[in-house]
Amino acid sequence: MGSYELSLVTLAAIYAMLALSLNLITGFCGQISLGHAAFFGAGAYAAALLSKSGGPFVAALGAGMLVAALFGLVVGLASLRVRHDFLAITTMGVGFLFLGFVRKQKALGAELGISGIPDHGLGAWGLALLAVALTVATAILSLHIRRAWAGRAFAAIADDEDTARTMGIDVVRYKLVAFVMGTAIAGLAGGVFAHFTRFIIPDAFGFTVSISILAMVIVGGIGSTWGVLVGAVMLTLLPELFRFINDYKLLIYGSLLLLVMRFAPGGLAGALAPLFRRAGTAAGGAR
Amino acid sequence: MLQLELTIQGLINGSMYALMAVGLTLVYGLLRILHVAHAGLYTLGAYIAVLIANASGSLLLGAAVAIPAVGLAGMAVYRLLYEPILDRPPYVALIASIGLFIVMEEAYRLVFGPYGETFSTPYLAGRLAIGPIGAKGAEVLMVIAAFGLLTLLALLARRTRFGVAWRATVSDPAMARSFGVDTIKVRYVNFFVASGLAASAAILVAVLNNLVEPTMGSVPSYKTLAIIVLGGLGNVAGTLAASLALGVIEAFGTIYIGHLLDRDAIAFLFLVLVLMIRPQGLFAAK
Repeated sequence: MGSYELSLVTLAAIYAMLALSLNLITGFCGQISLGHAAFFGAGAYAAALLSKSGGPFVAALGAGMLVAALFGLVVGLASLRVRHDFLAITTMGVGFLFLGFVRKQKALGAELGISGIPDHGLGAWGLALLAVALTVATAILSLHIRRAWAGRAFAAIADDEDTARTMGIDVVRYKLVAFVMGTAIAGLAGGVFAHFTRFIIPDAFGFTVSISILAMVIVGGIGSTWGVLVGAVMLTLLPELFRFINDYKLLIYGSLLLLVMRFAPGGLAGALAPLFRRAGTAAGGAR
Repeated sequence: MLQLELTIQGLINGSMYALMAVGLTLVYGLLRILHVAHAGLYTLGAYIAVLIANASGSLLLGAAVAIPAVGLAGMAVYRLLYEPILDRPPYVALIASIGLFIVMEEAYRLVFGPYGETFSTPYLAGRLAIGPIGAKGAEVLMVIAAFGLLTLLALLARRTRFGVAWRATVSDPAMARSFGVDTIKVRYVNFFVASGLAASAAILVAVLNNLVEPTMGSVPSYKTLAIIVLGGLGNVAGTLAASLALGVIEAFGTIYIGHLLDRDAIAFLFLVLVLMIRPQGLFAAK
């Protein structure tokens, strides 16, 4: 594999982590988020700053995770007040707030972002392997949660919050758990991303990115770990493999959102689920 | 004096938001859809108007074609996109609508180019002044158009037979249907009116900036979503108040906290703060 292919693998793994982490919040727990890139960004900025001040790579990744999770906890607490459409708009607002804040902070490089992020010391192979390993770990965590008690509580909340509460499920706690887990993983992805590109600007974490992550979840099949994994890898690689597509990348993402929602709201996983079921393996919990 | 100028500037922007947000809240009130693609129709209106105005030399002709054409396009969006997915969970229509909006923006960029179109002769660029306060002709027209069109809308809703049918459908569709209201027709007219209002807002903005570009809908699209949430989704009077309030808050915010947050973030900061205190919006009845 050349360095170009390696960078594609790393990028696909980063986006797969992001999509899987959004899937925890939106797919499993039913809390729609239109501002996921903000947590990705929070993690990237935190990791970049720590690395630049001389901290080791692992600490930088940890810092990214921690900052994003704290940010996620705050947003999670705030979003307990609102539901459905209001939640969608609130999380979108959080995305714009994050961007608007970062753009104006001299300490964060304002519009110019942060450049010269130190080398992670793993080499291209090492970073690609790390990103893939983290993605696999996220996928395993997702599959495990789905079958664990927490996953069932998430599903109950996604299905009908009031009924879930009546059944004695601690809705507040599980919603916060979903938000913190999802945003922590997004922050981790941000830390890897910052060290992968070694140069970050506010626009790399804007609304378009939030929507791209959402597109991966939707196209793959909201709630399905395997589907989301495939969706993320596909949507990241497609524009790279077919260079002529690159100019039409957003057009394709938009069309996919439109067409999938209009004709196959279960996404890939939903469309393929009957085939898998016949083969004897359930294709996740695609709704 | 600065305060007065900021207030006026805020009211001018607020009028533009109002023209767009009222259409959005009408759609929400009727169908519970967050119609993000509304801003795509808005941009379409500006493009039709600028192309016709430049070809014919008449801005009025451009507006006269663009407004009904965008109204029809809005009806088509309802028929082709929303109608088949009305019974799905609300996020389905929202995400589909975001998808359509992205597709529309990209289509404008690919068809008309990324740099935008300008009017070959700028309109209403002169400055009107009363004493020390002044505004551009296009800005004055914006405020007049917003108040004129929205008053007309309120009158139609109150005084005409169709207005009664429309209000009945908003408050209880099943009941309205059993009283013989053609609720499907109400939906089409609703989309026609909402999209026409968006087109008129876009034409005024295009004249004001003398620029029509593919992304001109981006900022208003998400900001008007914030406005209709603040106005108490589906509440027209609340939306109007929230539009003007946001216009003024932005104008002041850019001056006083502009070093901390950019303009768009100020709008959303206001939104998030309000939602934390009143999750149902500023002016929601229930």
